[in-house]
Amino acid sequence: MTLLGRSALDIRDDVVNGRVSATEVCQAALAQANAINPQLHAFNLVAAERALAQAADIDRRRAAGHTLGPLAGVPVALKDNLSVRHMLTTASSKILETYAPPYTATAVERLEAADAVILGKTNCDEFAMGSSTENSAFGPTRNPWDSDRTPGGSSGGSAVAVAAQCTPISLGSDTGGSIRQPASFCGVFGLKPTYGRVSRYGLLAFASSLDQIGPFSRTVADAALTLGVIAGSDPYDATSSASVVPDYHAALTGDIRGLRIGVPRAFVTEGVDETVKRAFDAALETLRSLGATLVDIELPHARFSVPVYYLVCTAELSSNLARYDGVRYGYRATSTREEGLKGMYSRTRDEGFGAEVKRRIVLGTYVLSAGYYDAFYLKALQVRTLMRRDYDAAFEHADVIAMPTSPIPPFRLGEKTDDPLQMYLADIFTVSANLVGLPGISIPCGFADNLPVGFQLLGRPFDESTILRAADAFERATDWHRRTPTLAANSTAGV
Amino acid sequence: MPTELSIADVERVAALAQIELTDTEKQLFTRQLAEILHYAEQIQALDTTGIPATAHVNAVQHERDDQPAGSLPIEEALANAPDAASDAGLFRVPRVIGG
Repeated sequence: MTLLGRSALDIRDDVVNGRVSATEVCQAALAQANAINPQLHAFNLVAAERALAQAADIDRRRAAGHTLGPLAGVPVALKDNLSVRHMLTTASSKILETYAPPYTATAVERLEAADAVILGKTNCDEFAMGSSTENSAFGPTRNPWDSDRTPGGSSGGSAVAVAAQCTPISLGSDTGGSIRQPASFCGVFGLKPTYGRVSRYGLLAFASSLDQIGPFSRTVADAALTLGVIAGSDPYDATSSASVVPDYHAALTGDIRGLRIGVPRAFVTEGVDETVKRAFDAALETLRSLGATLVDIELPHARFSVPVYYLVCTAELSSNLARYDGVRYGYRATSTREEGLKGMYSRTRDEGFGAEVKRRIVLGTYVLSAGYYDAFYLKALQVRTLMRRDYDAAFEHADVIAMPTSPIPPFRLGEKTDDPLQMYLADIFTVSANLVGLPGISIPCGFADNLPVGFQLLGRPFDESTILRAADAFERATDWHRRTPTLAANSTAGV
Repeated sequence: MPTELSIADVERVAALAQIELTDTEKQLFTRQLAEILHYAEQIQALDTTGIPATAHVNAVQHERDDQPAGSLPIEEALANAPDAASDAGLFRVPRVIGG
């Protein structure tokens, strides 16, 4: 196995034991990132100098006999909406093309405190708004399994960085599926933690009641390790939970005998691609063969999750993105003396934002405006309550809930860009976890014509341990996660 | 309540959001947003009488003690501004009143 084919745990152990230096690992990761990036555009920024300095510091501290952190020397890629002090953080938007934040996100600070090495910033849909990474101001990211197809989104670059073996782990953000769906499209694991489990301080805000940071990985153990590092309360995020962070790794016993897996049969039947359905059914059969019990559950309001999600998220983002006005940071359009301040604002926002962001700001402003608030926004929040009650009831009979991650396999670039509603509908299985605040993990479970397919397990709030345990048991019994895309294998030669 | 969305509606809302859309964008967004709103109308058929709204799933939000602490130095806060009067420690914007 190449150095970069290894898990974060193995790399950490090798660095701690001196079998490889953090600098060697970093150099290999940089070489791979630079090799795949011209074709796949996973990275907006490869921060070579800073990464090598971090790695050298880790090697120095090891030589001096210091104890290293749980991610010692592990290269990590960060979605470009995560702030790193004095490092370009663009959210893949023209409006932030030159923005270098004065502070670092808490999740990133915790990675660095654990001695991870930040390799760079990954491409995403602009402000994380999209499901294909095509809404980036800097061009799309491509799927390493088929470069004519999207890697999913919005955290497409972070999914590709892991799938193409630039880094064993990466961070993304998930507002309506933006970690789980690209994980599914790229054949890796993607974990969206419970709302409040990971501090969002330093994550550029999209929809504040839905956003959550989480890891991509090629093993469940690495997802558990990473979550354990980044989780926990933070005085800088009032929504971060004070509940104790358990030892997630200890939960990976491999034993799921007696685990009750709820399957919302009616919900997962309609509109699901036949290849996805087959892979999902086979995954359920595997879990059953490992001793789990499949339980039929009902989620009567799940079919409303896409309209509820797009009403709630656009309302929130229309408010959150009001801050981009060309005054304190970012792009400013030129305006004439007569146009004044307001003219500068409105032209800056037209020129600085891409089409999807503007479409959503207009929609969100509309659903919050007088005369439409009750019929759209308030109504959506009430249906959100009904959805919560559905899940509460389902979790009385089930310990985890299984469903496909995406109803369709990875689609072609350009296939859905002219029809936003079609793009939104593909989010049907991912958005409810965000609306209800549940943890979810996407797990590789098969291939459709050589394109990865994933399924997801949702858990009770703050019960990441159980979905990780089930995902780990599945990983031990299958080898879907071991397959490597050709584009990654070609470029790892010599590493 | 069938949603009729006109170009004038999109212009009005875009003005509220301080975005100056081009004519092409106005036409495209009117058509696309009408479709999306029409699709979203399906939730209006649900009876939600007496159902409380969930704006936020987090029941408990902890608050910090109100203790004075350091804040961002002025030069750091100005560092990303497209137009700053660094000496005065101010952001500069186009003229708001008078000529």
